[in-house]
Amino acid sequence: MKTIFRLAVCFAILIQGQVYSQSGSMVKVTGGKFIPLYGTKEAVKVNDFQMDVYPVTNREFAEFVQKNPRWKRSQVKALFADESYLQNWKDDVIPGDEQLLNSPVTNVSWYAAKNYCECQGKRLPTVDEWEYVAMADETKADARVDKSYNKYILSWYETPQTFRNEIGSTFKNYWGVYDLHGLVWEWTIDFNSVMISGESRNDSTGDNSLFCGASAVGASDLMNYAAFMRYAFRGSVEARYSVKNLGFRCVKDENSEAL
Amino acid sequence: MKNSNRKTKRWFLYLFFMAALLTGVLSSCEKAVAAKENPELMKVYGESEAELTAPPRVPRPVGKRAATKLVVNMEVVEKEMEMSDGVSYVYWTFDGTVPGSFIRTRVGDEIEFHLKNHPDSKLPHNIDLHAVTGPGGGAESSFVAPGREAVFTFKTMNPGLYVYHCATAPVGMHIANGMYGLILVEPEGGLPPVDKEYYVMQGDFYTEGENGERGLQAFDMNKAIDEDADYVVFNGKVGALTGENELTAKVGETVRLYVGNGGPNLVSSFHVIGEIFDKVHVEGGSQINENVQTTLIPAGGAAIVEFQVDVPGNLVLVDHSIFRAFNKGALGILKVEGEENEKVFGGKIEEKPYNPGVSSVEEVVEETEAVAEVHGSLAETMERGKTVYTQNCLACHQATGAGIPNAFPPLAKSDYLNDDVNRAISAVKYGLTGEIKVNGDIYNSAMPKQNISDQDIASVLTYVYNNWGNNKTEVTPEMVKEVK
Repeated sequence: MKTIFRLAVCFAILIQGQVYSQSGSMVKVTGGKFIPLYGTKEAVKVNDFQMDVYPVTNREFAEFVQKNPRWKRSQVKALFADESYLQNWKDDVIPGDEQLLNSPVTNVSWYAAKNYCECQGKRLPTVDEWEYVAMADETKADARVDKSYNKYILSWYETPQTFRNEIGSTFKNYWGVYDLHGLVWEWTIDFNSVMISGESRNDSTGDNSLFCGASAVGASDLMNYAAFMRYAFRGSVEARYSVKNLGFRCVKDENSEAL
Repeated sequence: MKNSNRKTKRWFLYLFFMAALLTGVLSSCEKAVAAKENPELMKVYGESEAELTAPPRVPRPVGKRAATKLVVNMEVVEKEMEMSDGVSYVYWTFDGTVPGSFIRTRVGDEIEFHLKNHPDSKLPHNIDLHAVTGPGGGAESSFVAPGREAVFTFKTMNPGLYVYHCATAPVGMHIANGMYGLILVEPEGGLPPVDKEYYVMQGDFYTEGENGERGLQAFDMNKAIDEDADYVVFNGKVGALTGENELTAKVGETVRLYVGNGGPNLVSSFHVIGEIFDKVHVEGGSQINENVQTTLIPAGGAAIVEFQVDVPGNLVLVDHSIFRAFNKGALGILKVEGEENEKVFGGKIEEKPYNPGVSSVEEVVEETEAVAEVHGSLAETMERGKTVYTQNCLACHQATGAGIPNAFPPLAKSDYLNDDVNRAISAVKYGLTGEIKVNGDIYNSAMPKQNISDQDIASVLTYVYNNWGNNKTEVTPEMVKEVK
């Protein structure tokens, strides 16, 4: 009996630990310089920061709207979220039947995502920060030239309904971050800083020389293709849009904990 | 003086008035002509929703209707569909089909285009209609995130048959996944009426597995860049226009095909085996060529072909870059039913041996071979069978005996072969025409008589029976001789 009890306790702790680690745990990302795939020719510098290990889940966001009624579906200002905001939720605070509590929250506007992070003393990542972490695969900080890495991303783009999967269902990358590729798109604070007009052939002329660079033969073709889809997606949304495939996660500057 | 002055003045006034009247008449006359010819100035009457059709159907002709405001509702859907037997693919589509819905308008129409991107879509999409006069063909104005709807308007300025496609980065991938279709802009008064109209569009596909590899196949970017297509098909999949999906017409009818080519890479040598195009609207435009065998359709281009069908039979639509037709899928059937017309086509009236030089060479060769090899081991027979197979059978039945779906039956694991060896011998010896059922699928075509020796027939059948999961029957020349 005692053993069973002990086992149960251990098990409870284990579960607790897992749940704990899944909600809001962060890992440190050591900054550095890199040339993003799009938008600039120059290397950009990314400082050290902490990033959420997982995207924000339905459970977490439900708690958030409970505490912050102005982000309830019925109360949110049209200025800050379009009609698709939390569209499939049962009501103001309960996610829909098809939305597992442990799946990433989607159909949230940029304003809502931004405020969520702020309420936690965090912020949304910049495009550069997000791309910096997302260029890692399981073992390398920059796997962008790897065929398998790009294939993985491209095949995700062609897999329907991945927003229904639970967090942690893709791979853990070099930094210890999960699900950057393979689950949902993610909001970034400056998602519209690189404009893709939708007329992608226009974007390829003029100042966007990086696109032209992409016509060079070699691995960069593949790698740019994967990245273009992301930038194209970011270019297609506005801050109040709420999209079924679009979630978010938060980051924190390395020293902000002291504040 | 004063008086005459006034008179002159009046005269001048009169002249001026006349001149003004004259120029007025002239310029209004010019305007009337312009109004007829410049679509920009065409008045639109009323508003209606465009009838959209899935391939191979096309909407009703515009006929004599006036220019109107036409509302087009189109939805972008990303979904898994069949590419070939046992092979599936995640297509990106306009309205859930490849090619997307056919849009039919007339010159001067004011189009209000609603492009809706399904909420489940992963990607933003847009549409570039080659019928649009304006930046990007509407691409920029129609760029739409998942779960959103974009609306833009344009006026149809030029009559013709035009391609539309998605132009979101990476454009090649969006097109390669099936995002294209046709929009027809009819001239004032409409195209001349015909009996049958169909919508056919070619596209090339690049899959991670080779042609025929089963299961869900992912898009292969490297092959697309190398233009190394695994599938070249009409209407999005192998067999979209064969078997029960074949097009039909009756003898005497005039058939008009709206043929597009989505690409992304390959140019189509469009040909209909057994017909000559009476008319081709070259490149989908206003120039008409007559009596054409094969017409070139560029990627991102189209053509309208018309022909009257005079005799019954199966006409075969192909890309006459012919390996694409028989090995990659670019093959469709137009079945023509009706009375034979021997004036136009007499059919086969005789067949006899042709032996240049020696008159009895056939028998001689056969006998010596039979004598020489009748006692060969199974290994030798197999080797010979393989050679015979490669020379006579492989082109249609393929190296793996897999055949070509809907065209040439499989020899691998074939119930048709394993059930009856004499039937198999007869097929090779005398040919086989008409409907047969192989492994559950119906085939209806003709295999010619193979002019090879009994020994060779025995060898090749033994080779087939001892390969690809068949029942290992050994066929002897004697067995072949028995079959009459």
